[in-house]
Amino acid sequence: MPHLNRRDPAPSRLSYRLHRLWLTPLFRFFMRSGMPVIVVALAAWAYLANEERRDALMLSLSEIRQSIEDRPEFMVKLMAIDGASTELGQDIREVLPVDFPVSSFDLDLDEMHRTISGLDAVAKADLRVRPGGILQITVTEREPAIVWRVHDQLELLDATGHRVAPLETRGDRPDLPLIAGIGADRYVGEALELYAAAGPLQPRIRGLMRVGERRWTVVLDQNQMILLPEKGAVTALLRVEALHTAEDMLARDVRAVDMRQPGRPTLRLSQPAAQDLLYSRTPDGDTQG
Amino acid sequence: MTDLYQSQRAMRRMRKAAMDRGVVAILDLGTSKISCLVLRFNGPAQFSEADGIGSMAGQSSFRVIGAGTTQSRGVCFGEINAMGETERAIRTAVQQAQKMAGVRVDHAIVCFSGARPRSYGLDGHVELQGQVVSEQDIAQALANCDVPDIGEGREVIHAHPVNFALDHRTGLTDPRDQIGNRLSVDMHLLSIGSDEVQNLLYCIKRCDLELAGLASSAYVSGRAALVEDEQELGAACIDLGGGSTGLSIFIKKHMIYADAVRMGGDHVTSDISKGLGVPMSVAERIKTFHGGVVATGMDDREMIEIGGDTGDYEHDRRTVSRAELIGIMRPRVEEMLEEVRLRLDAAGFEHLPSQKIVLTGGGSQIPGLDGLASRILGQQVRLGRPLRIQGLPQATTGPAFAGSVGLSLFAAHPQDEWWDFDMPNEVYGARTLRRTMRWFKDSW
Repeated sequence: MPHLNRRDPAPSRLSYRLHRLWLTPLFRFFMRSGMPVIVVALAAWAYLANEERRDALMLSLSEIRQSIEDRPEFMVKLMAIDGASTELGQDIREVLPVDFPVSSFDLDLDEMHRTISGLDAVAKADLRVRPGGILQITVTEREPAIVWRVHDQLELLDATGHRVAPLETRGDRPDLPLIAGIGADRYVGEALELYAAAGPLQPRIRGLMRVGERRWTVVLDQNQMILLPEKGAVTALLRVEALHTAEDMLARDVRAVDMRQPGRPTLRLSQPAAQDLLYSRTPDGDTQG
Repeated sequence: MTDLYQSQRAMRRMRKAAMDRGVVAILDLGTSKISCLVLRFNGPAQFSEADGIGSMAGQSSFRVIGAGTTQSRGVCFGEINAMGETERAIRTAVQQAQKMAGVRVDHAIVCFSGARPRSYGLDGHVELQGQVVSEQDIAQALANCDVPDIGEGREVIHAHPVNFALDHRTGLTDPRDQIGNRLSVDMHLLSIGSDEVQNLLYCIKRCDLELAGLASSAYVSGRAALVEDEQELGAACIDLGGGSTGLSIFIKKHMIYADAVRMGGDHVTSDISKGLGVPMSVAERIKTFHGGVVATGMDDREMIEIGGDTGDYEHDRRTVSRAELIGIMRPRVEEMLEEVRLRLDAAGFEHLPSQKIVLTGGGSQIPGLDGLASRILGQQVRLGRPLRIQGLPQATTGPAFAGSVGLSLFAAHPQDEWWDFDMPNEVYGARTLRRTMRWFKDSW
């Protein structure tokens, strides 16, 4: 008989159970994805448990990184500054402590941008590493618009009132108008408007003075002053101008034109002029004695 | 009757749990083969009524995703004879089916043909309280059925309400919300030996499976092999299996009688083995290739080599004519069919309006069987193959798999209205009260 010792075709109980276990979805998922992850994680953990190996690994990693960073393609060899005056360029080179050549990975452009923007004379700065290994810095300088005298110093301010540079003497920039007084830098715009509105008075203006950090006084030559109100200063100045044009007011012996009450312009005469006025009003002329 | 309620409902709960898991194994435990189908339930049917297909009795709600068949071992007359052998055979079939399906199954619905099934007709009635029949009334009517003495060591496997009658009107399938004074119910109850069920339960458990349902293979073969009008008008399904021949009678789409003759294809094989002096495996092979029940003149000249392994030339070169083989097979088949005839007569089959007889099962493939059967059983005999279900492999569509297919249909669409009705109130209430009392006693 050929079939006497035929193997039993039935699965053993163990293989039957294993087969069923393998067909269990959760177990299958675990064996397919959970198990490899655990094995890899365990192997990595076992390898890294040794401090020497960990250090060696970090060292080799940093070496690889260094070798890539030091490739000539990434080296920055010089710095080009556009749009800055010579002095500003020198200032920028001073504040940026970069030793060329340097890898572009080591340049902290954000930090450098912050440093350059922190300079008073810089309105706007763009930094980028140009192909060819050039650190390109494009700067827009602040335009000085006015001279500010405060605390016995002279400062150059731009149209927004931001400090541009100190000034040695007023004579260095006679073309710019002058303002004075604490807090005047916050109202540079108004001051410039007043200058623009001054018209024929402009050559006579010596400067604008901020009084009590609230209003302007226009100081003219020959010790004359125009006291302007807090609000509507430009209108008040235009009225004074109109009076001057009509009556030639400021050519007379007037010390100050007080416009602080806009509805009631007040004149302060000089001492002799006031005397004359008084005499001309009294009939005998010597009552005052 | 309350116990019946509870056991049937427990069975239903198990099956529901299995269906919720989505994957169920169908295990046909036969004498000659064990086959396992893995069904995947995809919720409600995919086809709607609008497609013109109809619900198809729940067939479209599942799909066969795995099938495994193996030679049966340790099973005699459809009953487990050698537990270890049977367990191994079940493992083989289940593993094969699982491998094909690619999923693990935990629940098995099993059918088997043995354990001496016996049919009982029951009836119960209830006087209606209100005018309209409510679910409670039906439950009460079912509960009022007097249970016959089914004998020591026997269990109920199927209990189907087959007919409802309201006053003088009978033949109602669903009396709910109808008006009448007296509701009576006819019920068909099938009992089997409980030892065999215990063995089966234990065997399934040893395969790490959970039994989610049990059915008689005569019943499920009828579900698969009888077409709808046969089930409606009255027909008998004869499942010619390996170790036993099951028969079930259907009318109005309900089984009203089931029985089993403890004789089958294996007996034919053993007759051939004894008659020709060959081993069983050779006899089986000769039977399947050359078997028949009607001899013609041609068969005298058709010689079959029956072989042998003794080394004796004369012995190993033996031949028999096909006519001789038919001469061995025919008396046994006739005996089986006559036995079936007796059972049918005992059941009163001749009183049914239509007396269609459908032969199915592996034994029905014997050539010429329909001719022989019509001489013994009556003129309206046909050979039946099981219904086609989704995903069933070609190799398992033959009549030998009527049980498996029927069991799949049974799992998808159980026919027991019994289960749809609640426990009658008073029974339920008394039990609850008793349990409450016990809880009080136990706690204080």
